[in-house]
Amino acid sequence: MTAGGDPARITKRSLGRRFVTRPEVGSLVGAIAVFALFFAVAMPFRELDSLSTVLYASSTIGIMAVGVSLLMIGGEFDLSAGVGVITSALAAGMFAYELSLNVWVGAGLALMLSLGIGFLNGYMVVKTKLPSFLITLSMFLMLQGLNLAVTRTVTGSVASPPISDMDGFASAQKVFSSTFTVGGVSVQLTVLWWILFVALATWVLLRTKVGNWIYAAGGNADAARAVGVPVNYTKIGLFMTVGFMAWFVGMHNLFRFNTVQSGEGVGQELIYIAAAVIGGCALMGGWGTAIGAAIGALILGMAQQGVVYAGWNPDLFMFFIGATLLIAVVLNLWVRTRAHRR
Amino acid sequence: MTTTIEASAPILELTDVGKSFGNIHALRDVSLSVRAGEVTCILGDNGAGKSTLIKIISGLYKHDTGTYHVAGKPMNCSSPRDALDCGIATVYQDLALVPLLPVWRNFFLGSELTIGPWPFRRLDVAAMRRIADEELQKMGIHVPDIDQPVGTLSGGQRQVVAIARAIHFGAKVLILDEPTAALGVKQSGVVLKYISAARDAGLGVIFITHNPHHAYLVGDHFVILRQGMLDLSSPRAELTLDDLTHHMAGGAELEALKHELQRIDVPDLGAVHDAQEKENA
Repeated sequence: MTAGGDPARITKRSLGRRFVTRPEVGSLVGAIAVFALFFAVAMPFRELDSLSTVLYASSTIGIMAVGVSLLMIGGEFDLSAGVGVITSALAAGMFAYELSLNVWVGAGLALMLSLGIGFLNGYMVVKTKLPSFLITLSMFLMLQGLNLAVTRTVTGSVASPPISDMDGFASAQKVFSSTFTVGGVSVQLTVLWWILFVALATWVLLRTKVGNWIYAAGGNADAARAVGVPVNYTKIGLFMTVGFMAWFVGMHNLFRFNTVQSGEGVGQELIYIAAAVIGGCALMGGWGTAIGAAIGALILGMAQQGVVYAGWNPDLFMFFIGATLLIAVVLNLWVRTRAHRR
Repeated sequence: MTTTIEASAPILELTDVGKSFGNIHALRDVSLSVRAGEVTCILGDNGAGKSTLIKIISGLYKHDTGTYHVAGKPMNCSSPRDALDCGIATVYQDLALVPLLPVWRNFFLGSELTIGPWPFRRLDVAAMRRIADEELQKMGIHVPDIDQPVGTLSGGQRQVVAIARAIHFGAKVLILDEPTAALGVKQSGVVLKYISAARDAGLGVIFITHNPHHAYLVGDHFVILRQGMLDLSSPRAELTLDDLTHHMAGGAELEALKHELQRIDVPDLGAVHDAQEKENA
């Protein structure tokens, strides 16, 4: 019996078609194109050292993009992610300095704070059922104000106090911001962390219960609830994951530069979202991969450094991101509608 | 085909159940029993109280008056998850599945199989794909690719995937909320076939619909709700399709309307037509 539809009308999807419907494919093509562009126009871009710099720039965007893309797949946004990084770094620096603590204790307190902000975002989103855009926009503006106000009140300046001579700084720097050498080229450790987080996120998404729940929460939250998926916990957990990533990048900034400017971070949240979208994450959730977001981050990293290497006006970076984003979303739409049509 | 099982005790029994929202009585004195191997059809117009009734049966709402027993014990579920554990599965028309997820992921959503110790506990992908495929085959559903997103299946196939899932996870009572409402004739037929398959598998099926023709094809017992109250509750033997259609369409009200429409329509138009022809001539 062959009921349940007309099998003759549905053919097995070819390998090629299955490949082009992968969320990452559009961005992979884009990454190759951007690489080729800068390889052609910028001489310094061809050197191995530049590759290391590009990877470093990509990794700081990419680590955040891991959290942001998971959240987007789960159907929510976080506009407070950019300033959240700075909040975490400022908090760690000031806690450690003002209370004369080991910097690891400061980092631990900052972790609590970042997870707490993530929890608050998530809790408010699931309780009020308001769009996360509004909740996290509010959080973004509040954190931006607090970053400036609290830093000025506590330190009397616009930056966190220098902590490089404090206990634990050396070991923390090893973890968050050291370099290693591959083939004579010095590479930032964040690149490895980035790869690790992407691998972990990919494994969780594709091979665990929680991953199934993330896709379901973003794809059809009501259906997921109806079959017993804890949608609210999943979403809160995703906001906290973004909080964790913000803490990690914040710690990197702090231990790399020793001090953090309180006004930074504004606008970065959109870069992370752009990376996720360029990587094929659907704006409305339910679709996307961590690897796609990593490719998106790589495109942005290449653009950021490539504009400089090509000797173009660095102000063009934002233009370049905008253009890339536009091309990426149109391309994704085109690929998806074509691939799903028979 | 149901005569042998008819004598069995009901799996699910509501007696004089009522539910109010503020001063609105959404449901009053509704009694209903669902037996294994029987399809109970609930019909009613928009606002008749069908959704409230389903939500009480599936555990989303608590009833205010009357009693509700599942397998002889008072129903005490407060979430869809609890209800599933009691053996009551609800397949909603529009929110049964996640369109972008592959068939097998949808099949096991919320009840995923895992292997390995924490923190390496992971989905048992091979087993899940195999079981999902087997269960669908058992229902006679041909899905070309178990990895294809559910959204690419036809409306009827999606309903059937949801039904197969409910049966696999041990549902004793299957509630189908307007499964044929958005479907064409052929797809509706597919779903109706699996409703009878579920009944033959020994489940108690509650089939909510607008369509008396669909109901009569598979139903063993018919319940019509009107303004929150039982308008009709009768076994198939005491009812013809015409009775059912008549009741469902509003019975006496429809008769009155029919007369009224007839009176204005035919003669008047004829007269106008004649007059026009004369003028033209």
